[in-house]
Amino acid sequence: MGSETARGHAGVEVRMEELSRRYGPVVALNELTLTMAPGELVALLGPSGCGKTTALRLVAGLEEANSGRVVFGGKDVTGLPASKRDVGMVFQAYSLFPHMTALQNVAFGLTLRRKTADERRRRAGEMLELVGLSGFADRYASQLSGGQQQRVALARALAIEPTVLLLDEPLSALDAKVRSRLRDEIRRVQLDVGITTLFVTHDQEEALAIADRVGVMQSGHLEQLGPPTEIYARPATPFVAEFVGLTNRLPGEVKFGMVEVRGTQLPLVQPNVPTGPAIALVRPEAVSLATDGVMAAGPLVGTVIAVAFLGATSRVTVDLGDITVMAQMPTSTAASTPAGTRVRLALREDPVLIAREEKAAVDA
Amino acid sequence: MNRSRRLKLRIFRIVVLLLMGAFFLLPIGAMLEFSTRGNSVISPRTLDAWVLIAQTPGLVKGIVTSLQLAVITSLGMLALLLPTMVWVRLRLPQISRIVEFICLLPLTVPAIALVVGLKPLYIWININVTPSVLALAFAYLILVLPYSYRSLDAGLAAIDLKTLSEAARSLGAGWVTVMWRIVIPNMPSAILNAGLLSVALVLGEYTVANLLNFQNLQVEVAYVGLTNAPTSTAVAVGALVLAFVLLMVLTLVGGRLQQQNYIPGQRA
Repeated sequence: MGSETARGHAGVEVRMEELSRRYGPVVALNELTLTMAPGELVALLGPSGCGKTTALRLVAGLEEANSGRVVFGGKDVTGLPASKRDVGMVFQAYSLFPHMTALQNVAFGLTLRRKTADERRRRAGEMLELVGLSGFADRYASQLSGGQQQRVALARALAIEPTVLLLDEPLSALDAKVRSRLRDEIRRVQLDVGITTLFVTHDQEEALAIADRVGVMQSGHLEQLGPPTEIYARPATPFVAEFVGLTNRLPGEVKFGMVEVRGTQLPLVQPNVPTGPAIALVRPEAVSLATDGVMAAGPLVGTVIAVAFLGATSRVTVDLGDITVMAQMPTSTAASTPAGTRVRLALREDPVLIAREEKAAVDA
Repeated sequence: MNRSRRLKLRIFRIVVLLLMGAFFLLPIGAMLEFSTRGNSVISPRTLDAWVLIAQTPGLVKGIVTSLQLAVITSLGMLALLLPTMVWVRLRLPQISRIVEFICLLPLTVPAIALVVGLKPLYIWININVTPSVLALAFAYLILVLPYSYRSLDAGLAAIDLKTLSEAARSLGAGWVTVMWRIVIPNMPSAILNAGLLSVALVLGEYTVANLLNFQNLQVEVAYVGLTNAPTSTAVAVGALVLAFVLLMVLTLVGGRLQQQNYIPGQRA
């Protein structure tokens, strides 16, 4: 991260300091503080209305912050308009200028920077080559597929050698296959250019796959910021646990710093949870199945009701009578437990989180 | 669509085209016939009335004045309306209904009522600013607002203005560049339409000019008509043909511009 690269310049540090944005009484962003290392790709992940796009637009200068600062490489750019911030941006909606060819689109920012015609043509050609579209230079937006348009938009954003690259859900309008391919392409280009990048998405798989760090947002603030593995394996809050990845919600009881779920004692991520009924959040990977031994009725004995093939792994849904539990395992293992099989579940003793808002309901 | 339905639709289109053609062309044909009629029924056809146009100083002046007014009004309308509508769409969408209401209001105000309101203003303009007939462009700007607004509104609705302008701004474009390099090139048909409607309205405007004591083309035509009806009719036919030619040019140019931006069936 942050090293000088062949195609671009070293990235710079980007800081958001206590950024806030209100729309009337609605607080869209509440004192967001986030520092991005030079050349790092940070993904902001969250549901609609969580403030992630607002944060990105504040960095771009397309919105004005009510308070807080945006700093690029030590320089405060909070008061600068979008046209002076030197950011490259790819939008969710297709944003190529329809009256220009792909080459003209990529060269547009260079024209504004008064580069010579030769320089513009060379640089725009290089950028199109970088995104694998050098053969499409003379095509108009209407002659390009959605994925190609977004790649040209990426080339256009990078052509001006911006300080920061901002990606506002650039893949959400594309079909699954193109999305996955383009996601990898964006990451390759970002690493190649070495530019500090903020990527906004509501797709957890996308965020976890592409980012150096993921920031999970809710109601205008950052719930957790960390590497994808940490976000997934050690979610800091119940919201993160439930939003990122699939989670089983198992009723249990907190006592002596542990939570007892259907006879199994599980450690807590946050030991200061008050005692009493609670909902434990357990990942499907922490649930394993056994088909041998005694299958008499018990708290963790049930019947497989569905097996979902996911490729290398499969997700098995087990009906325990009062609740259903998902377990994720290698497909070869899942093959031995088709629907209708009686199975006994085992819960791995990983630390679990408690869904606080559900505790009250259980209490009631 | 089956064959008989397609045939019926085609026949319907041809009938509508013929009826509309007759509706527009018959009066023009009658005017043309009248303007080329000799002194008596048995006299041969003559172009005397048409030749007289160039020899009638008032008419030539009226034509030049109206063409100048048409250009000033069209450019003024675009300079006023286009940035306003873009700004309202991007920054103040909550007042878009108010702007629309204001722009459409002149449709509901009779020309005579408008003149009554404008008269004191024009007396002041005449004394303090300019006595030139070109000052009429201010009044015409109001008259063309409803038609131009509708045309530009349709053009702006057809493009993703917000995304395109934000993309341009993120690349370093200021607002003037956004307007000049992004917005205008992406709505050529709408701008041409708005311009043509303004030209057509100005070339045909009589009431306001006459009541405010200005001499434009239509006032001169009416004046000449008092003494030489064939010549005044010839000028009227000329004005109509000019508007028709402008419309054809607009259709051809607009179609070509759209083709340039969109070539169907070539998605990669």
